[in-house]
Amino acid sequence: MANIMVQKDAKGAYVFYLPKRDLEDAIVSMEFDTPEKWGGEIKLNNGGAYYIEPQALPARFPISLRAKRIDAAE
Amino acid sequence: MSTLTREETEALIQEVLEVYPEKAKKDRAKHLAVNDQAVEQSKKCITSNRKSLPGVMTIRGCAYAGSKGVVWGPIKDMIHISHGPVGCGQYSRAGRRNYYVGTTGIDTFGTMNFTSDFQEKDIVFGGDKKLAKLINEVEMLFPLHKGISVQSECPIGLIGDDIEAVSKKAAKEINKPIVPVRCEGFRGVSQSLGHHIANDAIRDWVLDKRDGQQFESTPYDVSIIGDYNIGGDAWASRILIEEMGLRVVSQWSGDGTLAEMEKTPKVKLNLLHCYRSMNYISRHMEEKYGIPWLEYNFFGPTKIAESLRAIAAFFDDKIKEGAERVIAKYQPMMDAVIAKYKPRLQGKTVMLYVGGLRPRHVIGAYEDLAMEVIGTGYEFGHGDDYDRTIKEMGNATLLYDDANGFELEEFVKRLKPDLVGSGIKEKYVFQKMGIPLRQMHSWDYSGPYHGYDGFAIFARDMDMAISNPCWSKQTPPWLKKPEVEVELKKAA
Ligand code: SF4
Repeated sequence: MANIMVQKDAKGAYVFYLPKRDLEDAIVSMEFDTPEKWGGEIKLNNGGAYYIEPQALPARFPISLRAKRIDAAE
Repeated sequence: MSTLTREETEALIQEVLEVYPEKAKKDRAKHLAVNDQAVEQSKKCITSNRKSLPGVMTIRGCAYAGSKGVVWGPIKDMIHISHGPVGCGQYSRAGRRNYYVGTTGIDTFGTMNFTSDFQEKDIVFGGDKKLAKLINEVEMLFPLHKGISVQSECPIGLIGDDIEAVSKKAAKEINKPIVPVRCEGFRGVSQSLGHHIANDAIRDWVLDKRDGQQFESTPYDVSIIGDYNIGGDAWASRILIEEMGLRVVSQWSGDGTLAEMEKTPKVKLNLLHCYRSMNYISRHMEEKYGIPWLEYNFFGPTKIAESLRAIAAFFDDKIKEGAERVIAKYQPMMDAVIAKYKPRLQGKTVMLYVGGLRPRHVIGAYEDLAMEVIGTGYEFGHGDDYDRTIKEMGNATLLYDDANGFELEEFVKRLKPDLVGSGIKEKYVFQKMGIPLRQMHSWDYSGPYHGYDGFAIFARDMDMAISNPCWSKQTPPWLKKPEVEVELKKAA
């Protein structure tokens, strides 16, 4: 499990941030993105993939979360 | 002097890589690239934030340098103890030129060096007692200090001293905050992790101290984050922000105080100048306090105007008008500066190799003078820095990450820029090669370079370096061929 931060950029797209490795990247796909269910498997622009426990859409961004690494890039 | 094509630049990189052994060659190849504006993601073309290759002359610093030297050091009313042997602090003492107002040794301590001066017995038996004693001495000798930070040097982590416990206990005794910072030099690959550790220490030990306290705020409260006031940079920036109608509550960390840091969570917008060293704390404040942050760039009139407008966009019409007023007010002054220096500098080429934000931020200032940046690189940048750089740099220009002495020399020999912008370690190497160099860390003991006032100084300094008559006197008279003289006369 890793501590990550999900934020929204100026255009409203999700951005992934991994503080431990100072890794900032765009989230290209998110499994669930509805007000009731949000999260699941997320794919990053660099090819990495993480899993966020599905939950209700957070009220505010950025938000720090725990995520499981499925596939790290590099 | 002529700009290279993409193929030529690629060939140049290959040529430079040729001298390395196979493994080193493979590693360094990932850190050198030809800029391609079409690339969205820098990691496709350049690797950064990796351990330096053993054996090459890297120009990086250590985590302690990032924390004590960059982030914490300039906070003027605190005493920053370099905990460990004497050298780390003493050899870097007052080297960064973070200007501040105050009486040094009485209520401000910026240029002083405090160290626990570890000896063999402290390494063997531990230095916790010494630290406790040191804190008491500091309190007795400098009663007007507002707090202490304990900046760990390498041995502290190696011998496993418990500086947190000592700090907590002593903080109760002297009734002032004491912040232990675990920034031992061996952590991370460069000073960059030191910035991060320092930011985390601010988050854990400073930022929430005034939560829930009364604060008379205005809708126009902002803070300046990541301006270290090198040669007065933050002052030259602050007057512009105040002139447009905003209230600067805090300034980090150049000429900054502990109280200002504690009040930062009350502001409406964080203005971030050095993204690399302080984005961590800005992100934290965005999440915890809902304060948005904005990267701005105060180098050169074009970027300043852009930034002032971007800042104003967060506020109402009063501030937007304020921004326009400020831009209009300084425009004639800028026009005069450009009219004076542009004819002298037009078309000159520059190669940069610095840290933090400058490899991309100063490009605009050079372009305002019609100069061209043909190569740039970061000592300790990350992927997100290069993402931002690619758009600023021209196509087919050279990018180098964590470049070493050899690579820089070779690149400069081949590209023959009219000016190199780097640090003191590079200065005399290149000047002896006959290429003017301006230090872009310390502004070569000049400055400020930020803001409108700074640009005037920047333009003058660049002209001073490039147009200095000494560069045409590189060849001794007895070696001079007659035609060279003729050429020189023509040029002059
Ligand atoms: S690497 Fe360690 S010993 Fe060297 S300056 Fe940094 S803290 Fe001091």
